[in-house]
Amino acid sequence: MTAPPLLAVEEIYTSYGLSQVLFGVSLEVAAGECVCLLGRNGVGKTTTMRTIMGLTPPGRGRVRWKGQDIAGRPPHRIARLGIGFVPEDRRIFAELTVGENLDVARRGAGGRWTEDRVFELFPKLRELRDRQGGVLSGGEQQMLTIARTLMGNPELLLLDEPSEGLAPLVVHHLGEQIGRLKREGLTILLAEQNVDFSLALADRVYVVEKGRIRFQGTARAFREDESIRQQYLAL
Amino acid sequence: MLDPSFLFAQSLSGLTAAMFLFLIASGLSLVFGVLRVLNFAHGTFYMLGAYSAYQIVLWIGPGPGTFWVAALGAALGIAVLGGLIERLLFRHLYGKEELYHLLFTYALVLILSDAAKILWGTQQKSVSRPPGLAGAFTLFGVTVPYYNLFILLLGPAIALGFWFMLQRTRVGRFIRAAALDRETLGTLGVNVSGLYTGVFVLASFLGGLGGALVTPVRTIVPGMDTEIIVEAFVVVVIGGLGSFWGTFLGALIYGQVLSFGILLFPRFSIFSVFALMAAVLILRPWGLLGRPLK
Repeated sequence: MTAPPLLAVEEIYTSYGLSQVLFGVSLEVAAGECVCLLGRNGVGKTTTMRTIMGLTPPGRGRVRWKGQDIAGRPPHRIARLGIGFVPEDRRIFAELTVGENLDVARRGAGGRWTEDRVFELFPKLRELRDRQGGVLSGGEQQMLTIARTLMGNPELLLLDEPSEGLAPLVVHHLGEQIGRLKREGLTILLAEQNVDFSLALADRVYVVEKGRIRFQGTARAFREDESIRQQYLAL
Repeated sequence: MLDPSFLFAQSLSGLTAAMFLFLIASGLSLVFGVLRVLNFAHGTFYMLGAYSAYQIVLWIGPGPGTFWVAALGAALGIAVLGGLIERLLFRHLYGKEELYHLLFTYALVLILSDAAKILWGTQQKSVSRPPGLAGAFTLFGVTVPYYNLFILLLGPAIALGFWFMLQRTRVGRFIRAAALDRETLGTLGVNVSGLYTGVFVLASFLGGLGGALVTPVRTIVPGMDTEIIVEAFVVVVIGGLGSFWGTFLGALIYGQVLSFGILLFPRFSIFSVFALMAAVLILRPWGLLGRPLK
């Protein structure tokens, strides 16, 4: 018998009030993998992330973490299991300093991530340690959100559109840092619209459209099948 | 009338009143800043703190430590009551419209004040000063009771301790982060609903403590709850809702304006305070040290 995947989302249906967003989304992430959820704006990528995190519990379906169903648990409990969430809109605590933003998220004493280690990954943040989060640039805020989530020593990192709204050079730099996290063994589920950015990182790809999974396969299979890109991702 | 020692006496009495107001208003402001609920029943916690202190003094009987045990016991009792109210009732209000907050907390004011009338009647009650602080000393020709001096020292001490907790401790960082973005704090593994209870308990403790400590200088009467909540509300509006030092400054200004306003308009002393609040609302609607809403 093989061990269950780290995360298995099974047939989840999620709605906001009367508007249904997810129609039976299933996906799996194995330990050490970088899996990418690709799709245009508004197809349900963020909702999938929020459902996993417990922020919008599914109406139906299961979210399994190491085999155990965690759907319906409050977000702080899910976070404590080892799932770290980096929201799309960054959500920096604007009136807290960079150092305080990191400290608030510190969890799992003796884990690999400490303030020092996080500053090694993002050296720019060290210089900004005593600045208020609200005065940082978009790229700096994105680094801080990732750094903040790492401070909780997660086993799985949910990254929601990290490249959104950033200058190409910043996106390139960010891609390198996420690649470094992946090489260090962190499991990542990435939601993106930026295909090139994602393919540089992903082992496997799911393509989402209108709340359903339309394609799943290795990054190589996706790259070779031009029709999928045309059908679901071209603008 | 402009005798300097008389002016000094007035400003000292304003300062003492300000310390009590700060104790009450800081809890009101904290709950609003973090939980986003304007708790009109906060003044009721103050009144219940006063009655509880009176009751405990009756139970224990006179003695050197009676007052202090009663004050602490009352504050702790009100803290527990606040915790129960938050856990069982208040949490259903979060994220709802302000109208519900208003109706619910006002209903709580009515229910609790009637309960107090059933328990303690409508006769006014009083508690004497603790024996250790019963005397007075003279400063610039003004007689200052030791108890008032104690309050004048305690107010800033609590303000500093409170500020230190918010700025320099991890719990304080959680509280400030929860005020900014509750959802994100939860995704970082912090139990925000437990934190909310803690904040409410702390605010109730301060309210109950304020009520217990005021008993040696003011009589305990039904209606003291609505009187103080209006005053605390004015303080918070002047200083800026959710601003810590704003609340302190607001209380200081309120105390002075009230105690000198009595000299100018003896029969309408409260008028001067409302005039000040109106002026602040016109010139700086977000309060003296508050920040404009973005």
